[in-house]
Amino acid sequence: MTTAPAAPGTRTLTYADAVREALAQAMTADERVFLLGEDIGTYGGAFGVTGDLVHRFGEERVRDTPISELGIVGAAVGAALTGMRPVVEIQFSDFTAQAMDQIVNQAAKIHFMLGGAATVPLVLRAPGGSGTGAAAQHSQSLEAWFAHVPGLKVVMPSTPADAKGLLLAAIDDPNPVIVLEHKLLYKDSGPVPEDAARVPLGTAEVRRPGADLTVVATGVMVPRALAAAERLAGEGISAGVVDPRTLRPLDTETILDSVVETGRLLLVQEAPKTCGYVAEIAAAVAGSRAFGHLRAPVGRLCGLDVPIPYAPQLERAAVPQVEDIVREARDLVRRW
Amino acid sequence: MSSPEQWTRPEPGAGPAATAAEPTPEQVIAGLRATTEGGAELTQLLNPEGERLASAHFDPYVSDIDAEALRGLYRDMVLVRRADREGNAMQRQGQLGIWVPLLGQEAAQIGSGRALRPTDMAFPSYREHGVAYTRGVDFKELLGIFRGTDHSGWDFQAHGFHPYTIVIGNQVLNATGYAMGQKFEGKVGDDDGEATIVYFGDGATSQGDVHEGFVWSAVYDAPVVFFCQNNQWAISEPTERQSRLPLYQRARGYGFPGIRVDGNDVLACLAVTRWALDECRHGNGPVLIEAFTYRMDAHTTTDDPTRYRLSDELEVWKHKDPIERVRVHLARTGGADQEFFDQVQADADAFAADLRDFCFNMPDPPPERIFANVYAEPSPVLEAQQREHLAYLAGFAEGGER
Repeated sequence: MTTAPAAPGTRTLTYADAVREALAQAMTADERVFLLGEDIGTYGGAFGVTGDLVHRFGEERVRDTPISELGIVGAAVGAALTGMRPVVEIQFSDFTAQAMDQIVNQAAKIHFMLGGAATVPLVLRAPGGSGTGAAAQHSQSLEAWFAHVPGLKVVMPSTPADAKGLLLAAIDDPNPVIVLEHKLLYKDSGPVPEDAARVPLGTAEVRRPGADLTVVATGVMVPRALAAAERLAGEGISAGVVDPRTLRPLDTETILDSVVETGRLLLVQEAPKTCGYVAEIAAAVAGSRAFGHLRAPVGRLCGLDVPIPYAPQLERAAVPQVEDIVREARDLVRRW
Repeated sequence: MSSPEQWTRPEPGAGPAATAAEPTPEQVIAGLRATTEGGAELTQLLNPEGERLASAHFDPYVSDIDAEALRGLYRDMVLVRRADREGNAMQRQGQLGIWVPLLGQEAAQIGSGRALRPTDMAFPSYREHGVAYTRGVDFKELLGIFRGTDHSGWDFQAHGFHPYTIVIGNQVLNATGYAMGQKFEGKVGDDDGEATIVYFGDGATSQGDVHEGFVWSAVYDAPVVFFCQNNQWAISEPTERQSRLPLYQRARGYGFPGIRVDGNDVLACLAVTRWALDECRHGNGPVLIEAFTYRMDAHTTTDDPTRYRLSDELEVWKHKDPIERVRVHLARTGGADQEFFDQVQADADAFAADLRDFCFNMPDPPPERIFANVYAEPSPVLEAQQREHLAYLAGFAEGGER
């Protein structure tokens, strides 16, 4: 990932540090904010994200819980209903499967079923994705599950700055927000604002402008798409990269604007292709003002329709890499 | 009315409360045992000093364990520990993706595993390498999993040993269902009955899956032994974060017996598990066993326990080593001589060397393996993705990218 020189008011932080800073600033500003999860206290989190927060804010506000994900989310839903601002850490996003009833049937539905009489300002952070040798049950990209549930908002930060800004916005939000971090990004560095600036939910970011092709990528595929765009530029292909950042609500307009300019669209996600989230973007473009501007079929580059293998060489082959994006993008531009 | 048992018995209403205004020295000692050694109700047949303790109830279950049989259990534990250490070392050398150490839990696993009959079924979590060994699963099969070149390759029905379950607590429900099947098929009710055993840890007892398994097995009288290895730590969280009362006492609330056994005493683990399986075979299941033990190494090789626990604790538990007490007992009673111990160590080293040699020479999985076994039958979508993927790889072989 490229590390730009830090602008005024920013410093270079890792993605994990940026998340921790957002949590600390939110907890300092609002005593209703508290954390709960497994091994987030003394241990500092399985990926070191909560770090020293237990020493700064105490065990009441950085709560190590029993090993029961359903209990964690259920307790957080209850706390949110009373006006607290719980931020849940699920150790691996795969374990949300253990908590799905509270997420889908309670957190997402309560505001609606009570006719607006209550809100559930709950944030659920969870690392997803492959690439760390964590095998089939610790490596999934499950964003489509959550994005398919009315009542939930879904965020996938791809940079340290967004990891902070989107999390702060999620904590402010009166709805349940699922923040899907990525294990491979935790150690990436980038400029992060010192202040508690929010990145509004539902705003996409044009990471790189382009004339020949629009690449829309999510999560860890954003830095890979940027690396691919750099290589494509060397071949004379101008590829733009759009990062939706929030999957629900989706900033469709920013994507459409780019497609109108380039006439070509390549969608890149880590999750398996079938019923994947980017199919929603393809459908949105197909039914929009951008349709008539398309000069090529919409391309989809996704993970294979398989569980993530444990063997490192197979794991790498199961999800898009930079060279795969380069090849797909080049084919779209050259052939059409 | 001031016996140590009364003083330490934690459950309310189980007997008169302690009446002494000040505890006697015996009561103080019993109280300390309750917190550091598993309590007065800990079933133990071989104490850490290697002394054989009599038990009217459990001695009959190990009446066949003569010196030769005990030497066999000793050998099992030494081999499994040696293989475990080799697994750990190979992970450190980059030959395995991860290793899940069983160090310290050899007695719980060998004792309970050797209590099983071939017709019984065992459901492990992911640390049960010792149980796998007792079920005749080749240790090399385990290495394939942790190297990432294979999935649980053994015939789990032939071995009576289910594939490892990684997600915490899931297997308790699967085991309950399997045990219900044993009952519905009429395989329960006499000396030849079948039974199921399921392994999980102290952390898993907080998962809803485990509680649902308790409820289901109780209301369907399922022949399942819940074997909880309480190794005191769920990654960084101590058992106090999972339970207010000793875990074995949870069984009472579900309506079946619970018992705490010294998980570092292979003889007691064998006896108690045989008893529990026997109850299940005869239709008196389920039973919960809490094997009180200690995770002497990290949760996995990705964990660093120095971040959350004191080494003093480790030092205390070293004195309760499951292997050393058997060695002392055998030596003291003349059950084994130095030649035997040397031979076992040599066998263990050879066992480990064989594993190492095998591991280093395991073939890498071919790329088409990614697409295997996603569905039980061929899938047109996957076949298309496989063709495309292999053609893509072939393109590199023919001279790289265009």
